[in-house]
Amino acid sequence: MINSSLKQIAAALAAKKISSVELTQGFLDRINRLNPEINAFVTTDAGRSLAQAANADALIARGEVGPLTGIPVAQKDIFCARGWRTTCGSKMLANFTAPYDAHIISQFDAAGAVNLGKTNMDEFAMGSSNETSYFGPVQNPWDRSRVPGGSSGGSAAALAARLAPAATGTDTGGSIRQPASLCGLSGLKPTYGVCSRYGMIAFASSLDQAGPMAKSAEDLALLLNVMAGFDARDSTSLQREKEDYSRRLNQPLTGLRIGLPQEYFAAGLDAGVAEVVMEAINQYRKLGAEIVDISLPNTRLSIPVYYVLAPAEASSNLSRYDGVRYGHRAADYTDLSEMYCKTRAEGFGAEVKRRILVGTYVLSAGYYDAYYLKAQQLRRLIAQDFKQAFSQCDVIMGPAAPGTAFKTGEKTDDPVAMYLEDIYTIAVNLAGLPGMSLPAGFSNGLPVGLQIIGNYFDEARMLNIGHAYQQVTDWHTRMPEGL
Amino acid sequence: MQWEVVIGLETHVQLKTRTKIFSGASIAFGMEPNTQADAVSTALPGVLPVLNREAVQCAIRFGLAINAEIGRRSVFSRKNYFYPDLPKGYQISQFELPVVGRGRVAVQVPSTSSGQAYEKVINITRAHLEEDAGKSLHADFHGMTGIDLNRAGTPLLEIVTEPDMRSAAEAVAYARQLHELVQWIDICDGNMQEGSFRCDVNVSVRKLGSDKLGTRREIKNLNSFKFMQQAIEYETRWQIETLEDGGSIHQATVLFNPDTGETRAMRSKEEANDYRYFPDPDLLPLEILDTDIEAVRANMPELPLAMKARFEQEYGLPAHDASSVTASRGMANYFVAAVSALGGTHSKDAAKLIANWVMGAVAAKLNEEGRDITASPVSSQQLAGLLGRILDQTISGKMAKEVFEAMWAGEGTADAIIEQRGLKQVSDIGAIEAIVDGVLAANAGMVAEYRAGKEKAFNGLVGQCMKASRGQANPAQVNDILKQKLAG
Amino acid sequence: MAERYGINHAIIPNIALKFKTYTLHMSLTIDDVLRIAHLARIEVTENEAQATLTKLGGILGLIEQMQAVDTAGVAPMSHSQDVTQRLRDDVVTETNQRELFQANAPAVENGLYLVPKVIE
Repeated sequence: MINSSLKQIAAALAAKKISSVELTQGFLDRINRLNPEINAFVTTDAGRSLAQAANADALIARGEVGPLTGIPVAQKDIFCARGWRTTCGSKMLANFTAPYDAHIISQFDAAGAVNLGKTNMDEFAMGSSNETSYFGPVQNPWDRSRVPGGSSGGSAAALAARLAPAATGTDTGGSIRQPASLCGLSGLKPTYGVCSRYGMIAFASSLDQAGPMAKSAEDLALLLNVMAGFDARDSTSLQREKEDYSRRLNQPLTGLRIGLPQEYFAAGLDAGVAEVVMEAINQYRKLGAEIVDISLPNTRLSIPVYYVLAPAEASSNLSRYDGVRYGHRAADYTDLSEMYCKTRAEGFGAEVKRRILVGTYVLSAGYYDAYYLKAQQLRRLIAQDFKQAFSQCDVIMGPAAPGTAFKTGEKTDDPVAMYLEDIYTIAVNLAGLPGMSLPAGFSNGLPVGLQIIGNYFDEARMLNIGHAYQQVTDWHTRMPEGL
Repeated sequence: MQWEVVIGLETHVQLKTRTKIFSGASIAFGMEPNTQADAVSTALPGVLPVLNREAVQCAIRFGLAINAEIGRRSVFSRKNYFYPDLPKGYQISQFELPVVGRGRVAVQVPSTSSGQAYEKVINITRAHLEEDAGKSLHADFHGMTGIDLNRAGTPLLEIVTEPDMRSAAEAVAYARQLHELVQWIDICDGNMQEGSFRCDVNVSVRKLGSDKLGTRREIKNLNSFKFMQQAIEYETRWQIETLEDGGSIHQATVLFNPDTGETRAMRSKEEANDYRYFPDPDLLPLEILDTDIEAVRANMPELPLAMKARFEQEYGLPAHDASSVTASRGMANYFVAAVSALGGTHSKDAAKLIANWVMGAVAAKLNEEGRDITASPVSSQQLAGLLGRILDQTISGKMAKEVFEAMWAGEGTADAIIEQRGLKQVSDIGAIEAIVDGVLAANAGMVAEYRAGKEKAFNGLVGQCMKASRGQANPAQVNDILKQKLAG
Repeated sequence: MAERYGINHAIIPNIALKFKTYTLHMSLTIDDVLRIAHLARIEVTENEAQATLTKLGGILGLIEQMQAVDTAGVAPMSHSQDVTQRLRDDVVTETNQRELFQANAPAVENGLYLVPKVIE
């Protein structure tokens, strides 16, 4: 079943060809065998997972079956799950047992899905390679010497190595789309406000958004159906009517206008990646789409804007980790101030500390207007670019990342080089738009992702566009050899 | 050298909601530590704030009460600093766009040995919503401090004045007035011991005539008017002495020690703070529509100033009386209930009589026993019952005092006490004539004196008549009859 | 410098240009680093301060290019959707979960979280 779609797995469960307990045990066995090297999971708890699976089997026996009943889902370790250790990839929370469920976790529980375990991630979701995790780097299953991308690198690696049939991620500046691209997966960041952030440990609140990661667009739709929805506990959760994200999957693409931003295809994009992306766009032409040249002139500002706003919000969001109520507390200190300073110096890794310092700096007295306010103004200009573009096209396509997976350790010493990984994804978060990455082929044996950016709340249409492509290509079914 | 003190207040008013400003945890006072610290108050990873409607309505209520502009679009910001009773490492407050804008409070500054009472208008700069912090308990836990987060997240309205006050008396009068107002409009229970109403006072001094403000020091967390008075007086003296000794004042946060009567700078606030305010991305702009404001207005009680004006007009009360009976919501309720119980044709007389009694005997007893009028043993109905007997001449004002004392002591209603003690005033002309005749017969000497032109003798005769009637004769009638008989 | 990592500057010409110009954010000093670190309550030793300064300088250099764009009259954008705050009814929904929450706490006594003595 490891390469089956969620629909196929659900059918097998419904037909009692396999039980959820057997299915879950099968994935747990693969995790036991492969995870010690790949390091995609930070925490598994066979007892809890199998108990959930047994419950799901009882539901199936009673005929109370939903599309995800009994299906194991790997949860990014950023979601609080009651009774589960929830670390956010940090030493700070290495011993934190969540006392409550994130909205996303409750939604999966209510759907009868099985929590297969918590996946590795960049510490507090700050990173593009999964190398900032306190629990060590994650291997890219396509080339074990390379990174899986980040920050949802554990979820991506788990899916690519077929350690899980579905996973969740979060995306603040590309953390779903970039690892999906680097690991040959489908990943969707919904419109900001579609998935509740309640119980999702905050990095940059105005940008963070949860989303599904899976093999195919069809699977993404099933997962998003469970994840999306209004939640009164999140003030930024949007009150919209519940929609079925699968409803448009099989619509024809005739007349679809695809915008290609010239800024995304300028010289410098890895040639192999460019070739794969252009080939995918050709495929869309064959499916009846029309190509429109567009421009997103302020995209070039998205990285500087992001590296003001995200660290600013993060510096404040991470102040609660002070060693008082939970989490790491330094062993040696003489007074309160030293307790704080040592606790936070020991509990946070280098990249997190850097971002907290940058965020503290840009908000500090005398700098706010020049940095924070300026960045918020530019954020509006970036969002307006998209608004303008969507008057000319239905979706925007381009690469999800400037290159393929890079070697572990290659960029760890140069944060700025690492930040440029997200050049094509960040603007989407700043504007709050939905973005998706689909496997579109390979360059030098490494997966390449095609990014599709939609207008606000256009997820169903985007999934339709992804599904149509996956009906005529098989990139999404490819898996690494030897696993 | 003549000095002038300049004072501004920041008052933290705990709002009378059921739950916290950003979560559904109870804000009841005095519960076991941390039992009301829910996930949001504990700042667990991943939790988010959702704004309490009632807190917003309280803020609008206050804005309407001080005739302020209501912020149609206000924004919540984060004030970042580390302190163990601040669980998120930031306080959610309002910075640039507060919910209540400029307004004013008219304050009655009472007379003192050195001056007359006067009215002063204090300008309110703004009032904004924010969350309270938890409590640090410094009782010794092996050299550690204990943190209780039950209070964390309690809704506060922080009310900031312009530096308009020029004496401790003015500051205290403003604080008292504000304290009454927030209870009047029912947004705060006013319990200062429990910290529901806490004042921070900014004090600076300058040479009289200077228009430049001096460097201010902020006295934190004053929770009694007496301490406020003492603290401001001490701080003012200290600043003047420091300057006169050639020293200078440095901006500081100070605490008042009631035991020594002195202020001292807080150690924890020594370093200059850089709060790094920015709009809270977890909360959206708060929009207040005309309909929201009108809905609140429709439920507003009549405000003290309006009520005062009405009493002057409707009952012909003198301004001073009208002010006194509207000094608190409790007082006003008591007065209004008594007037409505007495009511009827002589409502103007009744109102004035009630005002006299409320400001006089009732206030004196309450004061003596340290009670609030809402806890008066003599209810407004009962007082009306008593004063009715003065108006219908059943008893004299003097007897009424005696009856009132008995009522206060719980001996029953006015009528029952009058009956039981046989205090009923005698107004029967025949009976009074008989008494007067008896007195005239028995006091021939005084009668002679009176007739010889000694007016004082008349009063002596009235006294004898009252004595003979054991105080029950209607004094006015005694007067009249006595005059007739002496003339005859 | 970015070529080393397979990123061609031409793709994002302005970033590349500014990145070279502002490799080190000149105005940031060691004292600034220590001040920010204290504001953020993160211990940075004297030894680490120089390395931190270099890294922060690089990041601030990247950020600096924002200043080249005129944003006069542009309203700042805090949220991607133009929606306003939803209000919650004033109803108690939470129950006491102290024991569960304090199971994660480093130090508690009598239901209180313990911290080193706070001096006011």
